[in-house]
Amino acid sequence: MPLLDIKNLSVSFETRAGAFRAVDGLDLTVDPREVVAIVGESGSGKSVAMLAVMGLLPASATVTADRLEFEGRDLLGMAPRERRKIIGRDIAMIFQEPIASLNPCFTVGFQIKEMLRRHTALDRAARHARAIELLRLVGISEPERRLRAFPHQLSGGMSQRVMIAMATSCNPKLLIADEPTTALDVTIQAQILELLSDLQKNEGMALVLITHDMGVVAETAERVVVQYAGLQVERQPVRELFRSPHHPYTAALLAALPDRARGDRLPSIPGVVPGLNDRPAGCVFNPRCPYADDRCRTVPPPRQPEALGGALCHYPLNVAVEAAQ
Amino acid sequence: MSALIAADRLRRDYEVTRGLFARPYLLRAVADATFSVEEGTTLAIVGESGCGKSTLARLLTMIEPPSGGALTIDGRDVAAGRPEDLRALRATVQIVFQNPYGSLNPRQKVGAILEEPLKINTALSATERRDRARQMLAEVGLRPEHYGRYPHMFSGGQRQRIAIARALMLEPKILVLDEPVSALDVSIQAQILNLLADLQERRGLTFVFISHALAVVRHVADNVMVMYLGRGVEIAPTETLFTTPRHPYTQALLAATPVADPERRGHRSRLAGELPSPFNPPPGCPFHPRCPFANERCRRETPAMLPAGETIVACHGVEEGRIPSRPPVEPLDATVSAI
Repeated sequence: MPLLDIKNLSVSFETRAGAFRAVDGLDLTVDPREVVAIVGESGSGKSVAMLAVMGLLPASATVTADRLEFEGRDLLGMAPRERRKIIGRDIAMIFQEPIASLNPCFTVGFQIKEMLRRHTALDRAARHARAIELLRLVGISEPERRLRAFPHQLSGGMSQRVMIAMATSCNPKLLIADEPTTALDVTIQAQILELLSDLQKNEGMALVLITHDMGVVAETAERVVVQYAGLQVERQPVRELFRSPHHPYTAALLAALPDRARGDRLPSIPGVVPGLNDRPAGCVFNPRCPYADDRCRTVPPPRQPEALGGALCHYPLNVAVEAAQ
Repeated sequence: MSALIAADRLRRDYEVTRGLFARPYLLRAVADATFSVEEGTTLAIVGESGCGKSTLARLLTMIEPPSGGALTIDGRDVAAGRPEDLRALRATVQIVFQNPYGSLNPRQKVGAILEEPLKINTALSATERRDRARQMLAEVGLRPEHYGRYPHMFSGGQRQRIAIARALMLEPKILVLDEPVSALDVSIQAQILNLLADLQERRGLTFVFISHALAVVRHVADNVMVMYLGRGVEIAPTETLFTTPRHPYTQALLAATPVADPERRGHRSRLAGELPSPFNPPPGCPFHPRCPFANERCRRETPAMLPAGETIVACHGVEEGRIPSRPPVEPLDATVSAI
């Protein structure tokens, strides 16, 4: 049984200009101990989808899904009180801005121990000992002293370590990391990514990594889901995705990376991601797609079979490669 | 060919007051930066936050005067600070900032944004200014009707185009680009990098490209300077730097950068520790507390920039031949994908 099972998740927001669909028909399964990356540019709905899983969206959002289950339990139909017992304990999340995620008014120790007080039966002394252990686990030196530190006394990398300590305090089965290293320097990013994959391996935790950085995806993920303008355009294991992308957007995204480019001009994607009110008819990617024809401009594309990465495209790429294998 | 920008032991200090009676603290944001940039080439400046790369940009654009050392741009001495030199140079050097949402005045229309530099610095008539602005819009890939719009009507990539257009209005020779694509999505980043390459080719511009994204730097730069804690630690031609990094910090930086290729997923050599506080830099080589090769001499003596092949590097270990120059990614058979 998958740990997290999402089928046809949609999130729409009430805006003055009418309902806006931020996520449209997302399917995602995460198995225990697995690392799945959700990739996409800004506005692709990758963060909103995971906030919907956490139940952290504002009241203006409408979340619908055919299935939204964690360990076989329906998250949407569940009473809020029940759901709060799972959120934070079995599913935890860390965010892009570690410094903004911590409450500036309380010490680091207080905030970590608050998690333990809410979700575990540990007594005061045991919570203190566990908090020290957690800080040591995430690689913070002098943990006893750091417990008394306020967030403003910590660097960005240090704050993200504290966030990870807090998120993993109750041994979650699933950790959702939303751009965990985007705000950090490269050498610190490497430390945090290594810490996350150590935790995933040693503590048997599944990891959903939301990112726009293809380098981070290539180094950490097992499976990848590509989002574009609220839609899931492709899903594949990481090696296959980089080797033979099936959706033209994935292919273009990979080609636009300076790491992979040859020659002095990058193969760029013309145009911009469609915004609130200018979603095109037919395929959402058609205005920017080099292969688009009249069918793409009028008919929404079908979902291709899993062998073709479930690509949301009339004319998936690299079909011959797949057939030859 | 002579250097368009030449910096010699360039320094910038800030005095930080700590209290009424405490002695003010000296923060050395840039120390002993020595480099030169040839006309029509791109020098990339790379480093982590707090390494002084943005301070260097402020010195090059004359937003701030240097505290010491010499800086010559286009044959004029900046450090001497003669007003007529500075006035001439301000048109020669222009800057594009990282965040196109913050660098454009939201209450000015695009036309006014582009014409403002001309209004202040030239005697052109209103019609001439408008023509120039429209030409520039076309050159950076925007449409003529964008002239009358406000910045909030544009996406991030388009705003960065406007910022680039504004920087080019006075026909500068040098463009300082302070993280110009860091705030943009990958697909937009490629568009802006291509635009910059086109402009450089067409106008023979010289770029100083400040960035922390090594993949981008490798793509755009001719030469790279790596900075750590206010000091240049290594300067080299781009390919040399990426294939045979000499300084241990450069090696660590390259090893830490994720490679967008799952086949080459490898063992990242992790650099322990964090950047020390610039208020209290370590004695000797600033990198020694994090350096796996540090010895007694590194803890005592600040290394000077010395040539080693095509590279100029500040490291006792390299000078003594203790540190091998090694490629940033180990050969394929040595990398075991562990996850």
